[in-house]
Amino acid sequence: MTTSIQKPKVRHPGLVQNAIGLTRRDYEGTMSTLCAGCGHDSITAAIVRAFWELDIPPHKVAKLSGIGCSSKTPTYFLKEAHGFNSVHGRMPSIATGASAANRDLIMIGISGDGDSLSIGLGQFCHGMRRGINMLYVLENNGVYGLTKGQFSASADIGSKAKKGEANQNPPIDPVLLALSLGAGFVARSFSGDKEQLVPLLKAGLSHKGFAFIDVISPCVTFNDHEGSTKSYVHTREHTKEVIHTDFVPLRREIAVDYASGDVLDVAMHDGTRMRLRKIAPDYDPTDRDAVYAYLRARQKDREIATGLLYVDPAATEMHDVEKSVAAPLVSLPFDQLCPGKAALDAFMDSLA
Amino acid sequence: MSRVNDFALRIATVNGTGSASANGLLMQSIFRMGIPVCGKNVFPSNIQGLPTWYEIRVSQRGHLARTPRFDLVVAMNNATYGRDIAELQSGGWILYDSSWPLPSEIRRDDVNVLGIPLAKMCTDEFKDSRVRLLMKNIAYVGVLAALFEIPLAIIETLLEEQYGARKKALMESNHRAVRLGHDYATSHFTCPLPIRLAAMEASADRILIDGNTAAALGALYAGATVGAWYPITPATSVMDNFKALCAKYRQDPETGRNRYLIVQAEDELSAAGVVLGAGWAGARAFTPTSGPGISLMSEFIGLAYYAEVPGVFFDIQRTGPSTGMPTRTQQGDLLLTAYASHGDTKHIVLYPADPGECFTMAVQAFDLAERFQTPVFLVSDLDIGMNDWLCKRFEWDDAYTPDRGKVLDAGQLEKLKTFYRYLDVDGDGITARTLPGTHPKGAYFTRGSGHTRLGAYTEDPADYVDVMERIARKTASAAHAVPESVIMRKENARAGIVALGGTNPGIMEAVDLLADRGIPVDYLRVRGFPFPPDVEAFLNEHDINFVVEQNRDAQLRSLLLLETNVEKARLKSITDYGGFPLSADRVIRGVLEGLPTDDRIEVVA
Repeated sequence: MTTSIQKPKVRHPGLVQNAIGLTRRDYEGTMSTLCAGCGHDSITAAIVRAFWELDIPPHKVAKLSGIGCSSKTPTYFLKEAHGFNSVHGRMPSIATGASAANRDLIMIGISGDGDSLSIGLGQFCHGMRRGINMLYVLENNGVYGLTKGQFSASADIGSKAKKGEANQNPPIDPVLLALSLGAGFVARSFSGDKEQLVPLLKAGLSHKGFAFIDVISPCVTFNDHEGSTKSYVHTREHTKEVIHTDFVPLRREIAVDYASGDVLDVAMHDGTRMRLRKIAPDYDPTDRDAVYAYLRARQKDREIATGLLYVDPAATEMHDVEKSVAAPLVSLPFDQLCPGKAALDAFMDSLA
Repeated sequence: MSRVNDFALRIATVNGTGSASANGLLMQSIFRMGIPVCGKNVFPSNIQGLPTWYEIRVSQRGHLARTPRFDLVVAMNNATYGRDIAELQSGGWILYDSSWPLPSEIRRDDVNVLGIPLAKMCTDEFKDSRVRLLMKNIAYVGVLAALFEIPLAIIETLLEEQYGARKKALMESNHRAVRLGHDYATSHFTCPLPIRLAAMEASADRILIDGNTAAALGALYAGATVGAWYPITPATSVMDNFKALCAKYRQDPETGRNRYLIVQAEDELSAAGVVLGAGWAGARAFTPTSGPGISLMSEFIGLAYYAEVPGVFFDIQRTGPSTGMPTRTQQGDLLLTAYASHGDTKHIVLYPADPGECFTMAVQAFDLAERFQTPVFLVSDLDIGMNDWLCKRFEWDDAYTPDRGKVLDAGQLEKLKTFYRYLDVDGDGITARTLPGTHPKGAYFTRGSGHTRLGAYTEDPADYVDVMERIARKTASAAHAVPESVIMRKENARAGIVALGGTNPGIMEAVDLLADRGIPVDYLRVRGFPFPPDVEAFLNEHDINFVVEQNRDAQLRSLLLLETNVEKARLKSITDYGGFPLSADRVIRGVLEGLPTDDRIEVVA
């Protein structure tokens, strides 16, 4: 019988505490039941570190997912946060509702390429259009794991399945999709590059509106062989970081100095800052069209561009567009919601 | 022979020509005269250019079901002349636009033909071509006012209320058009006709309202803050009205910002997801839809049932299956809503019979959804939802407080050693829930996959069955929380009638008319599912129960057989599912055919 496996509650006295007195262990969940070496587990570890470093109280977070290997992972981090493992491909609508009800929730959604790009493509697109205030992580391995190795919609043409069959259908690139649909924060990373991923996750959590990170996350069981374009080896060989992100918390200065002209500071709505170090010269991560064209060119060269590819520091979220009150709707007292007897009587008079 | 306040008329027009305002004006005028009236809009799934009808029935006795027998037809659409005249009762009247010669198919020897040159008169009177087209319809209101003796002052007051100072020119045109028709009729025909109107006092505490406005009002009063939807006929006006009501009653007076959030989703799947997400996070959330939407939402409905997330689903039924006839009514979703989704699922369902119940039951739906932590359906239909019904004024008690169910707050959680989401601590089948963002101890994992009473993932048969059994107990207990049935008894009743929802006016009238003929029948109207105990008791009281419903497969009868221990032979079916509201005729015919032979002989004698 498969059940969840709790981690032992042993606390090492030497563990470092963050500003709210919690250790990294406090941001973990139950034991992962994914395959040993799964890229998703590295992402989970990066998420744990990002939340811990941001000093976020875990219970203020809502962690949401759909169905699939990636969607299992919210159980593996932030055990003191509410989790919602919804139905396949439909997490964005759950996120919309949860955010509508309580805009103070810090929301992270974990999805996969099957969940977001096939069965849930519509919800993924419309979630971005709506500007749900959340960090959306797509753990992208090009393959269906739980049903044992079918191609997903992110598989490249010619990429080979474990038994040798080559994919014939063109891939859907979630990054290009996010750019064209107006997401205000678009990044790509690799599960094997925690130094890149952790600052991206932190920046994404601090971004107002829809923050999207596509993380190439190799499937060690079904898609890590020669001929696959989502294997560890292929990903390492073909990723090209175009921009490096350092995340600067409130009132804390980073020590590293960069040559001027290559550095771009971006202020986040909560007062934190991102420092972007451009590796590709002339790259402007705030010019949506230029980013789109640049990424298309990299794609042609079979390069996987990574980093914080696009950011709109002035991005809005659903509640701005819908002009809802600043307080969470769940916190409004009933007398502010129900117009009462006198108003009903007057309404009835208008119908008499 | 003269008949006062007891006749029906049908107005045939082309949609998109402004006939809706003319027909509404006529209906409102009769309502203002204090006469029981109902209006049924028979419209196409189209924006402009197709045939549309409006039917008005007045009944001194208060019989406001649709009747298929018309005493007067206003034939404004030459494309449907033939059909329209065929539906006229012998001895009735047909009005047509005599600007053109009378077509041969309109001739019938047993009816009276009244020709009025409406188009010609309006062309002479008005300059603008669009105004000419619109006023042609307003002019027949003037004609009918003369023929039925509707005081012009009432019509003029209504026009002033509608257009007032804002649209003075339009009001003037309307006034002139009404006069035009009225003057023509009084100078060319004997007015009034033998079928006519006379003021009554029957609508003193009454209003005219449609069920979708009423349901939206219920959602507003229940404190719903999140609405999600995908536009669909005939449910669209629920959200349109909710939005309009919120704009009026739900804005922060200081900032002008909204105390609600409406999401127009990309499809019904998403709309259901938004409701679940919001319900999970603690808001009262709802979605209005129709049968096709419920089909799409079924996956999420199963999740809400199993993970125990509250949400309210308004199903304004239309004719199915598939796209069916989107602008016609039916009760085709009874089985669907009772058991929506795969696996073992059963839901709480409320069945309003009129706009008044759409209002009260909408509020109840939110209470039940939160108390039982489950999806609740309010199953209305196109006839209730989109037509104006004569109703008692709605009441509101300011002492009402929402039933939020078992939700633990931070203080309660702080005192608790450990919180388990699905642990039944008091034996009523309902477990406490927590809202995200409340307290570290309140965290739990919501999932549609197998889970234990402690909330952990499981594939263990005993753990899985344990939770499923508890949910079954919980749902069964809702039979005592849904509204009781409405039962009307007659002395020496020969049979019972069982029905729900919008068939009520047709059945009420049939029960009256059967009693007139010496055939008393009892009538039970179901208002909730799981069925309250009074349903089975009623069925067992009668050797014959006629189950009256508007679908082909006798879905209510199936539900009664599944959910009660009644013998199959006691339930006889009367179905009528062509898309029109139920008429008393159909019920009477069904009862007469279904009664044992000796009873029928008595009737004939």
